[in-house]
Amino acid sequence: MIINGVTIDETFAEAFGMKATRAIITAQNEKWAMISAQAMTGFATSVIACGCEAGIEKVLDPSETPDGRPGVSILIFAMGGKGLAKQLETRAGQCVLTSPTSALFAGIDEGVQIPLGKNLRYFGDGFQIAKKIAGKRYWRVPVMDGEFLTEATTGRVEAVGGGNFLVLAQSQPQALAACEAAIEEMRKIPNVIMPFPGGVVRSGSKVGSKYPALGASTNDAFCPTLKGVTKSELPADCESVMEIVIDGLTKEDIDKAMRVGIQAICDLGAVNGIQRISAGNYGGKLGPFHFHLREIMA
Amino acid sequence: MSALTFTMKKRLDQRVDMSPLVCNLLEGLTPKEIAGIELQNGKRKIRVDELFRIKGDDTQNIVIEGSFAKLDFIGKQLAGGNITVHGDVGAYLGLEMKSGSIKVEGNAGIYAACEMKNGYLEIKGNTGDLLAAALPGNKQGMKGGTVLVKGNVGERAGDHMRRGTLLIEGNAGDYCGSRMVAGTIAVMGTTGRYLGYAMRRGTLLLWNQPQLSATFNDCGSHTLAFLPILFASFKNLNSKFAKESARFNRVQRYGGDMAETGRGEVLVKI
Repeated sequence: MIINGVTIDETFAEAFGMKATRAIITAQNEKWAMISAQAMTGFATSVIACGCEAGIEKVLDPSETPDGRPGVSILIFAMGGKGLAKQLETRAGQCVLTSPTSALFAGIDEGVQIPLGKNLRYFGDGFQIAKKIAGKRYWRVPVMDGEFLTEATTGRVEAVGGGNFLVLAQSQPQALAACEAAIEEMRKIPNVIMPFPGGVVRSGSKVGSKYPALGASTNDAFCPTLKGVTKSELPADCESVMEIVIDGLTKEDIDKAMRVGIQAICDLGAVNGIQRISAGNYGGKLGPFHFHLREIMA
Repeated sequence: MSALTFTMKKRLDQRVDMSPLVCNLLEGLTPKEIAGIELQNGKRKIRVDELFRIKGDDTQNIVIEGSFAKLDFIGKQLAGGNITVHGDVGAYLGLEMKSGSIKVEGNAGIYAACEMKNGYLEIKGNTGDLLAAALPGNKQGMKGGTVLVKGNVGERAGDHMRRGTLLIEGNAGDYCGSRMVAGTIAVMGTTGRYLGYAMRRGTLLLWNQPQLSATFNDCGSHTLAFLPILFASFKNLNSKFAKESARFNRVQRYGGDMAETGRGEVLVKI
């Protein structure tokens, strides 16, 4: 399959089941909601070392938030329910409770309820106040700038993590420009995040390493500087490969995000140095979710 | 199916215990079986069809026509379904109500919504004393749900209240929110003396400055983030509380009762 001169490889991305939740952070204005959201989703690019994968899903209009203030919705993904709950709680405690004017709400009502502000309330040292409004429990925790309002719990749902595709380009600036165009479109899709810095990862990994202590190491088959010394997947004139990783609440959400992302890259086309779109997989044996590039773009 | 309607045939001198006529107890009964139910009337018993003309068959929608202030225990332990009452009701309206809704077009007597657990109770007129309170000797009054009173309420509204929302469009008598354990009482009108007497936790949300006891301390004026959420939860009510113009988030906060634990609050609109 070739779209606008860009070859879509006959391959698939392989993804895993994860647990996920959404939280909504509001503040006096969008600037402070975003600051808090960025703090909460910081250092959350990969479960390999961060404990979770998190990102900003979208900016919310005051009419879309529970308290009628500007807000930001974030998604957090982890491999297990306990890990997710721990990450959510510590991040909420350190990044939202502490952030001026912030309030924190559940972004998913269904599913298993996990603590959001349920335990943060103890920061109130006995002065905290519970309010049950329209079936939901909120905590009002007195803090130095007024009150920190938080919903007690949020819903945990089954999700999919690790959807991905690789962008092969003639040069590094062209690969990055293509990924930026893709991310801009993909950020418009709800229920997904691209957890790496700016949504793009330049250090894609393979499973295993020559060093026994490491579970993953550089994806040498896609490293342009190793074309002559390893079993390379790259054409001779490829100078740069970048990857976009997608976590989503459902497989369909990731499908959608991959489609608009790849389409945006193909719109730039071969004239802008884009050569191929490929994907990372483990031979189909590890992850139950397979994203076949040609099916997605059909 | 049309609503199961009980129309009053005569006004008795003695009080009537209406507790058998709730949706969950009548479910599955034939009109004949319902007609044969005996209600306690003073020291004697009276058949339902002796007191009411019965029409309709939907036991999940009960209407009481021509009600008056001697019909006690209407909606007692109601667990689902709707009861609409045209006229006044006696004491213990919605006692220990679990779910469903009760609407009263007239006034209610003492102990309305007493120890109510959940559901929705609306009273268009006034209520007597001890609205949403605990039975004498019990420690917890209303434990959940929403009560809306469009008129005035008597003394000790919300006495020992534990959870839930009590909305009063009119005035509240003395000791409103007394011995309150938690929950929210909102009063649009005026409040009497000894507001929040011995309250431990909970919120009294007021539109008018009350006469506060010396055991309530001023905590200053504040913009509270939970108020817009609280007001938004009232938007579907047939009430002044649902109006945009009734909403505010700036309040003067008083903490008390300091003679108790002092974790309660009186919030007054500013």
